[in-house]
Amino acid sequence: MRLLTHNMLSSNIKGVANGFPLLIEVEKVIEKQVDFNPDFLKNIFPKIEWQALVQASRSMGYSELPEESPESSMLDSDDFLMKFHHVLLELHLEEGALVCPETGRKFPVNKGIPNMLLHEDEV
Amino acid sequence: MANRPELIAPPEIFYDDTEARKYTSSSRIIDIQAKLSERALELLALPDDGVPRLLLDIGCGSGLSGETLSENGHQWIGLDISQSMLNIALEREVEGDLLLGDMGQGLGLRPGVVDGAISISAVQWLCNADKASHEPRLRLKAFFGSLYRCLARGARAVFQIYPESVAQRELILGAAMRAGFAGGVVVDYPHSSKSRKEFLVLTCGPPSISSEAPKGKVGDMESCSDDESSGDEENRTVCISDRHRPRKKQKITNKGKGREWVLKKKEQMRRKGCAVPPDTKYTARKRKARF
Repeated sequence: MRLLTHNMLSSNIKGVANGFPLLIEVEKVIEKQVDFNPDFLKNIFPKIEWQALVQASRSMGYSELPEESPESSMLDSDDFLMKFHHVLLELHLEEGALVCPETGRKFPVNKGIPNMLLHEDEV
Repeated sequence: MANRPELIAPPEIFYDDTEARKYTSSSRIIDIQAKLSERALELLALPDDGVPRLLLDIGCGSGLSGETLSENGHQWIGLDISQSMLNIALEREVEGDLLLGDMGQGLGLRPGVVDGAISISAVQWLCNADKASHEPRLRLKAFFGSLYRCLARGARAVFQIYPESVAQRELILGAAMRAGFAGGVVVDYPHSSKSRKEFLVLTCGPPSISSEAPKGKVGDMESCSDDESSGDEENRTVCISDRHRPRKKQKITNKGKGREWVLKKKEQMRRKGCAVPPDTKYTARKRKARF
């Protein structure tokens, strides 16, 4: 699972008011090369929750993203875009778990696929 | 469709390891899935500026439909309930991210982040109650409600569906409308039983001119000629006059079928999408007596 997906996912359990962002428990992280596409990055940038992305990348062991939400002028800098690209699309959580911030419920991640299935009493 | 998989077992059980492998190794299914997703992507009507979008593939299975999205350069997130299908998708090294989840429990996504959603032959599964706790109406509501929230304003969702009956189609469409979607059903090749395909095209946000459902494809599978519509009109009048003719008289006039009948039949086959030779002066012409 990429951090792009993590940034979109929220906990869907019944009664949870704020299920975002899911905390990441890391067991194994892998990197896969993906083609660099600045258009996509510029398009997706406004939709990204920056704090959540920074936190997620820190827990995955990558700490080069700026803490503060960058201004849109930063999108012209190739250096920043490469980092953004790397964090968003190339870091994969292979094994581990996602944890709901409110209830502490764990969604296990196996072979890169998070299991988001809910139990019957959580729907 | 003689044996519908929905009626055999719940999706997570029906698509087990063997079925998932069978499904993905059939070149016929791969071809159909690719065509359907190509058409669904066309109906999504994403702006033609070459910018990759973030799309959602609901019921992505082994990633056959997602591959079409990747080929068109888009990033996608796939959701499926069958672990076996997702394992096959991993083997095939699809480019999108995969989630194991049940669409009937709602999509756990942040609001307004997805630029479009497609789903190939999946939503009709929601109409079945596979567990005691399943209530199709509520599951459809949860699905469409959460989908509406996670789509960006003005984004579209295209579902290719195989509804079992009119009532099922109404149920799905009704749930979508109640969730706030605008749009409707687009039917490709409506006259053919084989190549007929239904797409539910939904637009997120208030109804506008652009949210009107596009037209389905009709006529020949390969070529869509303009003169067909004019031919259609003639045939319709012929049919009506035939219907009003008294029955007894029909039996007496036993002169064979005639050119008009042949033309009508050819038109029918054309509308079904069959390859039919063009109409010429030789069509249905009588043979010479010496033959």
